[in-house]
Amino acid sequence: MSAEYATSAEKSLPWLKFANPRNFYPLAGKMIPWFTALAIIFTLIGLYISFFVAPTDYKQGESYRIMFIHVPAAWMSMFIYIVMACYAAIGLIWNIKLSDMMAGALAPTGAIFTFLALWTGAFWGRPTWGAYWVWDARLTSELILLFLYLGFISLRAAIDDPRRAARASGLLALVGVINVPIIYYSVKWWNTLHQGASVSVTESPKMASIMLTAMAVMAFAFWMYTIAVVLARVRTDILEREREAVWVVEEVSRTA
Amino acid sequence: MKARQKRMIFIAVGLAGLAIAATFVMKAFNSNMMYFISPSQIKVGEVPRDRNFRLGGLVLEGSLKREDDGLTVHFVVTDGAQEIPVIYTGILPDLFTEGQGVVAVGRLDAEVFLAEEVLAKHDETYMPPEVADALEKAKQGGEASAPVKN
Repeated sequence: MSAEYATSAEKSLPWLKFANPRNFYPLAGKMIPWFTALAIIFTLIGLYISFFVAPTDYKQGESYRIMFIHVPAAWMSMFIYIVMACYAAIGLIWNIKLSDMMAGALAPTGAIFTFLALWTGAFWGRPTWGAYWVWDARLTSELILLFLYLGFISLRAAIDDPRRAARASGLLALVGVINVPIIYYSVKWWNTLHQGASVSVTESPKMASIMLTAMAVMAFAFWMYTIAVVLARVRTDILEREREAVWVVEEVSRTA
Repeated sequence: MKARQKRMIFIAVGLAGLAIAATFVMKAFNSNMMYFISPSQIKVGEVPRDRNFRLGGLVLEGSLKREDDGLTVHFVVTDGAQEIPVIYTGILPDLFTEGQGVVAVGRLDAEVFLAEEVLAKHDETYMPPEVADALEKAKQGGEASAPVKN
């Protein structure tokens, strides 16, 4: 990471040099093991609290425990979309290639968490509501989020020129941002079968504190997992897109 | 103006326009976004007469009655202001109890709602049974001293 890759803008904002894929590649490589370790540790702690420490629910019995996967997955599905859209916006406005790569690397993980939220929701809905799926505002808007992720991924894959792919998919990501507040507030704005938020910024949580702890730990674990897997994905993307560059050829021949 | 600033303004204006458009669309479709309608809405006639709709509310305490066949149940759905009697034949979800939220799919026949499907709606409160018992006791104690509900 010597100064020879730094432009004048990078000299005034030192961390900007990591917007250069060549500088970001080794940094990401160094960060991955840490985030992987945090993800594993917190998943183990979170699952232990979820299954063995958190008490049975007074109404739903044991079936409520799926919440410890369902809610963090749903949070991450919305959070990742917002982060992805921010990266897409930065990539569009400042023409930063790495920013677009980050948006692209976040999408599959976001789609997985969206799917996980819908899937665990279905298996929670069956024993509690009596239905796997209903077309209420919360469930439908979350399904639209899954389609937005899939559309974003397909659009990038469909356009060969990476710059044009970045522009088209970036715009799609930004348009889709409007769906995130709709998902979040759907249970407030409309009658839904889905229950309201147990945890919100403005009110005290409507659950026992140990349940909240389990959920928070799981959410943190998912977050760490996301960072680790996205950095790994962005590293392969850097190698693929910069394959003509001398440093990539050197890097690949060194590690091969 | 630099190209970068133009792009920034373009994205900001685009998002603002999109948000306004989405707000109007959702306002226009507001009633269609509702998953169920309440007994009060039925009483003032906001009901499709010839097709199925969903009725939502709380099962009135003490209103649940089973017929001798064991499958047909009668109960009353209330939203605190109005009440609608419901008849349903079939298996109820585990969480179905008096005082609990419910969404019934069916149609209105005279004043009675004939349900074809009943879903339980639970709330966002989670706690261990001991805490629930303690809260219940505290509530009863409070009611005994001051007989005012809620």
